[in-house]
Amino acid sequence: MRVIALLAARELRLGVAGWGLTIVFFLLVATLFPFAIGPGAALLARLAPGVLWIAALLAALLPVERLVAPDREAGVLDQLVARGIAEETIALAKLIGHWLSFGPALMIAALPAAALFDLDAARLGRIELGLLIGTPALAALSVAVAALTAASRSASAIAGLLLLPLAVPVLIFGAAMASGAGGALGLLAATALLLIAGSPFAAGAAMRAARD
Amino acid sequence: MSSPALTLTGLACRRGGRLLFEALDLALGPGQAALVTGANGAGKSSLLRIIAGLLPPTAGTVSAQGAIGWLGEAAALDPRLALARALGFWARIDGRDDDAVAAALDRMGIGALAEVPVRMLSTGQRRRAAIARVLASGADLWLLDEPGSGLDEAALAALGEAIATHRLNGGIVVAATHQPLAIEPVTQLALGR
Repeated sequence: MRVIALLAARELRLGVAGWGLTIVFFLLVATLFPFAIGPGAALLARLAPGVLWIAALLAALLPVERLVAPDREAGVLDQLVARGIAEETIALAKLIGHWLSFGPALMIAALPAAALFDLDAARLGRIELGLLIGTPALAALSVAVAALTAASRSASAIAGLLLLPLAVPVLIFGAAMASGAGGALGLLAATALLLIAGSPFAAGAAMRAARD
Repeated sequence: MSSPALTLTGLACRRGGRLLFEALDLALGPGQAALVTGANGAGKSSLLRIIAGLLPPTAGTVSAQGAIGWLGEAAALDPRLALARALGFWARIDGRDDDAVAAALDRMGIGALAEVPVRMLSTGQRRRAAIARVLASGADLWLLDEPGSGLDEAALAALGEAIATHRLNGGIVVAATHQPLAIEPVTQLALGR
């Protein structure tokens, strides 16, 4: 537990430098949609949940490259494994630290974005709850994809190709829940649970396989 | 707490289709050391990585008793942190305090650099810092891959002294090097013939 806390704290320290970037990027993507679609409060309000979720997904993609690859190259993973720390433990700590470094930031950024789309308090509440459940799943996917692509030369391109399709269930249930569809909350939570539970094992196996 | 020990039995390593070594046996007890020598690519690093559990052996078994202190090629220190804080992270992982880090820095002659960010350090200074991490870790079993590379004479002397002290305290050292390294008495392990 001590090791997980220390590793997660390190991940958070490395990640908070990107807080501002995540918020600005999220808001920028959210702002682009009204420009592209044009005015019309009713249409924008209807699109808002989907737009905000796509923005969250793209924002989660940003830090994938720095999650595992630098630690692999700098020998940090070797040092941890030589101490008998399992790759799965490292991946779990990275998941926690990574979520802390971008999940709350996205939830804060959703406030001005909601104002942009003229959302009422009830829908904003559903979006925030959805982000609270969904962003840990996005963090889990990011860590797994980062571990899978850590040894690859064109990591960033492959990371996008791997992560975006896998995030589709989160996107569907997250947006559906924000629109007020019944049952979406449970499905979003189930999807998130599955991704969070599976990610440390997938990421751990990938890190072990990439070691040479 | 049992005393540290390292036993390799029938160890073999195949990398990229090439058999680097096979039927390698070694037994080290408290205070003993082994020096792995051989040409570039003879499998020195691979042997150390197998002992550290970073690489599965092709055949044979490794049995290590005691915590491992690993000195690899890479420094594994966060470049943006001050040296003492970067090492402090590892000390906390190892359950050691800041005093252990300060003492290790002094022993490697870089105590004055404690507040300097790691990215400002020279290659040799980073190497000294990586050795200081092993000193501070309190590990019983030191695995040193080319510990002398990039070190000046003063640092080499400090390294030799640290190894001698570690052995006096009952520790085990396995070092891979192609340079002469002053550790005596030692089990010679020549790879590649």
